[in-house]
Amino acid sequence: MSVLRVRDLTVSFGRRHLVAVDQVSLDIEPGQRLGLVGASGSGKTVLASTIIGLLPDNAHVDGSVTFDGQELTTLPDREFSAIRGKDLTMVFQEPMTALDPTMRVGRQAAELVALHSESSQGTTRQLVVDVFDRVGLDQASRIVDAYPHELSGGQRQRVIIAMALINRPSLVICDEPTTALDATVQAKVLRLLDEELASVDAACLFISHDLGLVASLCSDVAVIHAGRIVERGRTEQVFHHPSHPYTAGLVATASIDKVRPGERLPVIEDFFDPSTVDSAPPSESTNRPHRRIRRSR
Amino acid sequence: MSVFGLNDVSVRFGGRRRSVEALRGVDLVIEEHERWGIVGESGSGKTTLLKLLAGLEAPTSGSLTFFDAALDLRRRETMAKLRSSVQMVFQDPRGSLDPRMTIADIVAEPLRSPLLRGRGDVPRDRAARVDEVLEAVGLDRSAKSLYPHEFSGGQRQRIALARALAPRPKILLADEPVSALDVSVRAHVLNLVNDLVDSMGLTLVMVTHDLAVVRHTCDHVGVLRHGQLVEVGATGEVMDHPRQAYTKELINAVARLDV
Repeated sequence: MSVLRVRDLTVSFGRRHLVAVDQVSLDIEPGQRLGLVGASGSGKTVLASTIIGLLPDNAHVDGSVTFDGQELTTLPDREFSAIRGKDLTMVFQEPMTALDPTMRVGRQAAELVALHSESSQGTTRQLVVDVFDRVGLDQASRIVDAYPHELSGGQRQRVIIAMALINRPSLVICDEPTTALDATVQAKVLRLLDEELASVDAACLFISHDLGLVASLCSDVAVIHAGRIVERGRTEQVFHHPSHPYTAGLVATASIDKVRPGERLPVIEDFFDPSTVDSAPPSESTNRPHRRIRRSR
Repeated sequence: MSVFGLNDVSVRFGGRRRSVEALRGVDLVIEEHERWGIVGESGSGKTTLLKLLAGLEAPTSGSLTFFDAALDLRRRETMAKLRSSVQMVFQDPRGSLDPRMTIADIVAEPLRSPLLRGRGDVPRDRAARVDEVLEAVGLDRSAKSLYPHEFSGGQRQRIALARALAPRPKILLADEPVSALDVSVRAHVLNLVNDLVDSMGLTLVMVTHDLAVVRHTCDHVGVLRHGQLVEVGATGEVMDHPRQAYTKELINAVARLDV
């Protein structure tokens, strides 16, 4: 059985129903890693927020999201809280804002354990130290008592990953987990994520606009454009033999090292005319305007 | 003639008790029409080096020359020459454009600088020059009456480029010009930078942590680590035969598409 099953999911915002995610369907099997790639504003983050139940109040959701057989879109907050942080967790993009600046990082991690289990305080501390140690934080017993601002960006992101894995979840959603990091730190954090996901046997939805990262971590990939999944398949297949022109454009723009230095880089518009998608027949159930949400990032 | 010369330059921040050395004994010569990429991790001193070249920071020790003349931040004449021929593009186009100014005002602002008066070749007709540079960066004239928030990240970086190019600079400094942009927009902006540097005969110094960008755009590369320039050379040479272990590590850290 799939860990995650998304069917005909449409998410729109506000009174004008601006569509951000448009009839998306996808499955993730236990232990599977699915990359989700697309440009800024394509709906990647909205899709993730929908799955983990963190959409703002002005969002309208149609369709279904089931996690371990349980429908999430209609799940009351209280029951959702029992799943979120335990079986379904998330690694956020910005390690600075995802942590509470007024709370020691060890306590933040311990809170997650305490919320979802009966374990006593003494054993919790040891568990947190162990997990911090496992994600490669040197002197973990000291770092648990540190405040977020005392840690570097890479250390903070390791803390976030530790928190996402501490309850041995079955699905981790990673939203651009390494974009805020340096290239060398990024490579280390990615390797860590790879090992730790494997060690707890968690499935992963890995959101990124960096195709190279997705290629190195994910077995499967889905390409999202203007809120729709335009292509999905095995990573090598999709990146080496893209069937949709948008994917072809994305792959070409990402392969800077394939172009002779100084020559013109290919752009997506060489492969794909965005107007062709917008003029595609709209879904029969709606007659509201299909517009991409302009997000300021 | 060399544009910039750095001779044993160090920059130290902070007081006597706790100080940080952002740059340590840096030697570097940048010739006219060269395209330099400066790479390194956060905190390696990349941005400090760029600020030094822009005349926004003074060396604590060592000497800095600009067109073979000593550069002294306290001397007005030398600084005027620097300010009128060097322009900069910043990393975050949201932070570097004034949200309360129209695009026309933003792009025309450097043309109003009194430091440009000493130069003979400054465009007189400001409105015409604004049209010209907006066209050069591929933006429609209707953009002039709009405000920065009405543009996407890639478009805003074009506006920042237009502003930098308006006063016909000789040298363009760029601090991570594409790292805030996503992959699909990055190619557009890099193509534009390449075309403009070519057609205007600029000298380019670009700071980045992305070696793929350096390989594509720059003919020379300098690798900074903990404030020291650990490796310098022609881009192809450094990328294909890195001498330092650290440079190798940086090159290997680039995630590739080939699985």
